[in-house]
Amino acid sequence: MMHNARQMTLKNLISCILNPVILSLGIVLLLTVSPAYAIIDIKREVLPNGLTLLVVERHNLPIVRVTVGINAGSMIEPEEKAGLANLTVELLTGGTKKRTASEINEEIEFIGASLEPSGGYDYVTVSLSILRKDLDRGFDILSDILINPSFPRDELSRKKTRIKGSLIAKEEDPDSVARKAFKKALFGSHPYGRLIEGSPETLDRIRRKDLMDFHSTYYAPNNTVMAVVGDITIEEVKTLLARYFSGWKKKELKMPSPPKPQPIKEKQVISIDKELTQASIILGHPAIQRDNPDYYALSVMNYILGGGGFTSRLMQNIREEKGLAYDIHTALSSRKEAGSFGVSVQTKNESANTVIEETLKEIGYIRETHVSHEELSDAKSFLTGSFPLMIETGQKIANFLMAIEYYNLGLDYINKYPLYIQRVTREDVLRVAKKYLDLERFILVVVGNQKKVLLKFR
Amino acid sequence: MKKAIAILSLILLPISVFAETITPNGSTRLTEVSKLQTPNLKEEVLPNGLKVILLKDHTTPISTFWVWYRAGSINEPIGKTGLSHLLEHMMFKGTHKYGAKSFSRIIQRVGGIDNAGTSKDYVFYFQKLTPENLHLSIELEADRMQNLIIDPKETLSERDVVMEERRMRYEDDPQNLLYEEVIATAFKNHPYRWPVIGWMSDIKNITREDLLEYYRTHYVPNNALIIVAGNIDVDSVLSKIKKEFGVIPPHMGIKTIDIEEPEQKGERRVFLKKEAELPYILIAYKTPNILHEDAPALEVLAGVLSGGKSARIYKGLIVERQIALWAGAEYIGLQRYPFIFYLYGTPVLEGSIDELEKALYEEIEKIKDEPPTEREVQRVKNQIEAEFIMGQDSIYLQAKMLGMFEMIGSWRLKDRYLEEIRKVTPEDVQRVAKKYLIEDKRTVGILIPTKAER
Repeated sequence: MMHNARQMTLKNLISCILNPVILSLGIVLLLTVSPAYAIIDIKREVLPNGLTLLVVERHNLPIVRVTVGINAGSMIEPEEKAGLANLTVELLTGGTKKRTASEINEEIEFIGASLEPSGGYDYVTVSLSILRKDLDRGFDILSDILINPSFPRDELSRKKTRIKGSLIAKEEDPDSVARKAFKKALFGSHPYGRLIEGSPETLDRIRRKDLMDFHSTYYAPNNTVMAVVGDITIEEVKTLLARYFSGWKKKELKMPSPPKPQPIKEKQVISIDKELTQASIILGHPAIQRDNPDYYALSVMNYILGGGGFTSRLMQNIREEKGLAYDIHTALSSRKEAGSFGVSVQTKNESANTVIEETLKEIGYIRETHVSHEELSDAKSFLTGSFPLMIETGQKIANFLMAIEYYNLGLDYINKYPLYIQRVTREDVLRVAKKYLDLERFILVVVGNQKKVLLKFR
Repeated sequence: MKKAIAILSLILLPISVFAETITPNGSTRLTEVSKLQTPNLKEEVLPNGLKVILLKDHTTPISTFWVWYRAGSINEPIGKTGLSHLLEHMMFKGTHKYGAKSFSRIIQRVGGIDNAGTSKDYVFYFQKLTPENLHLSIELEADRMQNLIIDPKETLSERDVVMEERRMRYEDDPQNLLYEEVIATAFKNHPYRWPVIGWMSDIKNITREDLLEYYRTHYVPNNALIIVAGNIDVDSVLSKIKKEFGVIPPHMGIKTIDIEEPEQKGERRVFLKKEAELPYILIAYKTPNILHEDAPALEVLAGVLSGGKSARIYKGLIVERQIALWAGAEYIGLQRYPFIFYLYGTPVLEGSIDELEKALYEEIEKIKDEPPTEREVQRVKNQIEAEFIMGQDSIYLQAKMLGMFEMIGSWRLKDRYLEEIRKVTPEDVQRVAKKYLIEDKRTVGILIPTKAER
């Protein structure tokens, strides 16, 4: 069951999780063979209407998870109508030619299922979780919202109001404010540089017809991947598809070529003043795309520097030794068209300068000196050994399948990933740190009480 | 909007599967599910009082190891709030055998992850790792149950870390700060009134001696619970546990909390003025915990009001009347002592808090005037059961649920709770709304956003 409201209870009830679980357990990051478990038998087939189908059978429980990924993310929407891709997918459940929004919600929730559309830069998804016994109902509704959405005007206007509200709420969260500024500085007018929700101004420009056009242009079976995991066989899936998706016909696709982000030319420091006790800091710069062969060496480097939770260098220095932050971590984001590297940390306003200095020192250090043999071997053994955790649930497997397909990693990626990681040497780590970490041209964002931060960097 | 945390998976999932009610149209698979559950559970209490629960699930590639202590914030002395949580942090700071920084390193080296959490009632530590590495969990956890160092210098530095954590979670988060205010106002005597993380000045005052004393008293086998779940060899895991934990002596000085919250006689109202973008209201009603017979009906009531987009608050306040940007209701029953049922919301941009507050009360009054429909109640039951089955997909969640129930009384309550939820009628829902959601027993908190001059 999904709440659409902000939830704070978890934090209070189970108040304080010690380790901010930041092991960058990215799905794509952490795959390996662990002989007894690597048996995810992935079946892949491209159907006559062009739909790419991926199925993993999993019969532990009478449930099925379906994730539909459509190559219709914010990447291909016009800049002046930013938010269109997100609105289109979110309003799939806003009504169809046969069902109103409230009928869809009622039908889905009465059987205890969930149907969640979700926007994205590269692709958008619709996820269905359902009991096996209700599969027919689920596929019926799923096909209806994908093929026949009606985008009612009143639903559109309500959705816009709510998105505008959520954009304002984001301004209340220091980390969101920092991330938004960071993205914008990093990617400028490229779609990666804005929020998938768009802005109040661009939302006001979006009309019902824009959604209809966007849908009819890009929502096609030959532009879609469907991942199905659970108590079901590929034959059963195909039967369901024949029954409910037969009306979905292949289209001639005219995909706009995705824009290329411009590299940043110089260092940029952004201070945002807010009445806060802590400064939220992000420091980072562009990094690599997903298909760069250095991805694996950089993943190892990232784990050692700041991706490895408690054991990372930044965590040891800033939290364990100096007590300056609850959490500091680095993230390596490698999308299809561009990537980024960033350090995120919150510390009391007064310590912001120290934390930034120490962070730059650590980045400098890993660029200049080999990591130790032990650091390398610990990083590799985690990255290769944590695979079983990554396929713990059907939902995780479904997400993994989408990533494999979208980034062309191949069905044997599970077997290849540990080899790619094992191959990484100390020299590789040093080389990629030198090549991709940048102490000259970076973006620094500091959201906090600037009278107390007194930022030394400019 | 902050990301929605699936809180219901914690509060509502705690239920087991029974084939007969869930599949009126018949499915043999569900029977298999119920067969899978309980018969694979083994429990044993060691001579030193340590309880061990082992759950075998051969369909998962992983396993998970948990240690629970009845050492949550309710056990803290006045002036030392936050002690339980700071000790949780110190548990990662090393023992005589394994130095500082070792615990997580050892677990991550075998591809595992570890973490911990503190609540008002208890604290837990867990690892997720493959079954062949479980011996590491057992050795490390047995060791830190007895041999924690609590180095003075590390204590000071970790206190600073927790103060940063408090700044992040509360001082700079207006909604959480309001929640803290409401709870501190709703409860006057019961130790539920202070936040788990502690008041800032108390955190500053905690000493190494406070931590050591608390550790020696509460981190003892007869105050602890172990849960192991996953694709495990039950006998060998149990014998390893006996070997490592069996030698730890019990401690007889554990005090039970015997504090009652006096009856609230009249609405309490609290305001928080803080820099924020949007106003927010939180309305908390005192309610019993799940040990009470009214709990299942309160759970269903929360679902009728707020269990999804077809529930009353979403449909009425967000979609039809467009009064709220978001709003909802939730029952927190999985506590050792009576706690709250609460409603919350943020008005639409041009709306007002007063109007939203009134609208939320109207939804409650509607149920008091007329019971919900059979279909609404059935929808909530179906959601609870389906989500329970889906939750079983994660061995981590299964183990956590067992622990949360065992901390309240017994893991068996989990099954009973579902049984009782199935029996809830629309009239029950109406009855508990009338009984608990009343003006004199509520505490209302309102966040008034301010803008600082710059």
